[in-house]
Amino acid sequence: MAAALEVRGVNKRFGGLQALDDVNLTVEEGRIHAIIGPNGAGKSTLLNCFVGRLKPDSGTVMFHGQSLLGILPYQVNQAGVSRVFQTPEIFGDLTVLENVMIPALAHRDGIFEMNAMKPLRRETDIRKEAVDVLEDIGLQDKLDMTASSMSRGDKRRLEMAMGLVQKPKLLLLDEPTAGMSRADTNNTIEVLKHISDTRSITMIIIEHDMHVVFTLADRISVLAQGHVIVEDEPENIKGNIKVQEAYLGGAH
Amino acid sequence: MFGLSRGDAVLWLFVLLLVLAAPILLNPFPESSALAQFNAGYPDLMQRFLIFGIFAVGFNILFGLTGYLSFGHAAFLGAGSYAGVWMLKLLTINVLPAIIISTLVAGLFSLLIGYISLRRSGIYFSILTLAFAQMSFALAASVLTPITGGETGLQTALNDPRIFDAANTTGNIPAPSLFGMTMGDSHQVAVGDWLWTFNVGYYLCAFVMMIAFYIAIRIFRSPFGMMLKAIKSNNERLSYTGINPRPYTLAAFVISGMYAGLAGGLMVAMDPLAGAERMQWTASGEVVLMTILGGVGTLIGPVFGAGLIKYFENIFSKINESLLQTWFSFLPDGVSDFVVTVIYPFVGKGWHLTLGLVFMLVVIFLPGGLVGGINGLYKRIFNKSNQAN
Repeated sequence: MAAALEVRGVNKRFGGLQALDDVNLTVEEGRIHAIIGPNGAGKSTLLNCFVGRLKPDSGTVMFHGQSLLGILPYQVNQAGVSRVFQTPEIFGDLTVLENVMIPALAHRDGIFEMNAMKPLRRETDIRKEAVDVLEDIGLQDKLDMTASSMSRGDKRRLEMAMGLVQKPKLLLLDEPTAGMSRADTNNTIEVLKHISDTRSITMIIIEHDMHVVFTLADRISVLAQGHVIVEDEPENIKGNIKVQEAYLGGAH
Repeated sequence: MFGLSRGDAVLWLFVLLLVLAAPILLNPFPESSALAQFNAGYPDLMQRFLIFGIFAVGFNILFGLTGYLSFGHAAFLGAGSYAGVWMLKLLTINVLPAIIISTLVAGLFSLLIGYISLRRSGIYFSILTLAFAQMSFALAASVLTPITGGETGLQTALNDPRIFDAANTTGNIPAPSLFGMTMGDSHQVAVGDWLWTFNVGYYLCAFVMMIAFYIAIRIFRSPFGMMLKAIKSNNERLSYTGINPRPYTLAAFVISGMYAGLAGGLMVAMDPLAGAERMQWTASGEVVLMTILGGVGTLIGPVFGAGLIKYFENIFSKINESLLQTWFSFLPDGVSDFVVTVIYPFVGKGWHLTLGLVFMLVVIFLPGGLVGGINGLYKRIFNKSNQAN
């Protein structure tokens, strides 16, 4: 299978801290790839290098043959990479439907469109796309709700809808179940499974919860102190001694 | 209707009705009554209501939708005014070219200032716009005197070229007009003890303001308007959504700058005079007050805010001590003196004090401004009646 994302020799240093140390990673198309590791291992730093928030000191990040380095967040998005944030990042003052229509418009019209005289309610196609995705993700009863008044779990689902409506080639999920109850976590797992089964979207999941990782991931990379110590199938990761050391503090 | 939803069309027609009937509605007190003092239905003031209404509606497109608080929008009003007077001097005394060119000049000027100021956001953006406006004010008052007339201001003169007009043989400076209709002309109607003044200039302002208001509604309800709201709500998220926020904010800035220029052009169409003080920071602050008072981000709020402030400025400021004394003369001597002493600081030259108190009350108790407050009240009553059912 072809590689969707190829990360080669990525280094990132913050002052005296080597946050990322020669990271190599290949994410295959249509797979769910999990990145796990203890706190401070560099997971979020790595993710930020994919989306234009951080620029690595050296190395390459190629997405379907296009470099993701040195371009701005909205260019990364337009290249087909959507991100779901660790703490839900939504447009709190707008309605749920509007929150999903914005990325849908961005996907259709690009980074800027001067459509100041076109009534929004005539954008029936965009509206339908947004409603379809919201139905798919189970938020169809909350279309006109103000986004900020939703529960945390619903906000997270809204963010996934915002990503999905753009039909991304790659969906980045930063700890999608952080701070969720067991029930919400299971629900999120179901949603992600459903997404993966119904659409051929490559996903990268950063996650602490081992249950989530082992249920969903096709492949797992373990990051410790900025370095990928193991990359393998989930069954092989479970019994890996290096992983246990990294998590139990043996690597310190 | 015309691309407006039913609710918006009703709102627009409601405003149209208010504006058309304003000469009657704003003169509720008989001429000979003591309360005639509070009548606001004279052309000069009514024109101001609408002109500052346009200014505030445009400002709200920037501040209300994107949340970028400009403290320098008076610079665009001033630039529009100067451009307008120059057109009246050079081209023709017909106000149409003046109004159009004012809008365009302010648009170009705001493109320049917006391009630079929008490199920063928040307080830094506000400070940058304030700095640019104060620079413009200082330049207009000093170095640019040949263009702006310096501290005396710029006005039309007898020997202006006016290349499109026939030679002026009247010996008087011509008054601004629109295809022969002089702006200052009025038709007065007396009904009983009431006097209503229907002024040509006022109805030109009304026409322009209704178009400006219509465009503002369309912008509010467009995908573009939604993006502007998204910028206010979460600017960073928008860029991770594949949108470049910069051109959106710049477009909003230029549109609001053009509204300011339009207001400036109308001002000189009503009274062909422009001075540097029109660009001063107090003038920029005034439009911020109007917008907040009426309701930030609401469609009609800024118009009400503009009306309220101009009403205070023109009506409350005219109340003097002797007038107060006649009003309270029915009270016993000592008491009336006391009442007058208590009230006096709040009227006349003290009108700012009253305005300040009103502003504080609105900001504390009605965070959504007057219109936000009315909406809240409406919803409360509506919900209560729902519960009763």
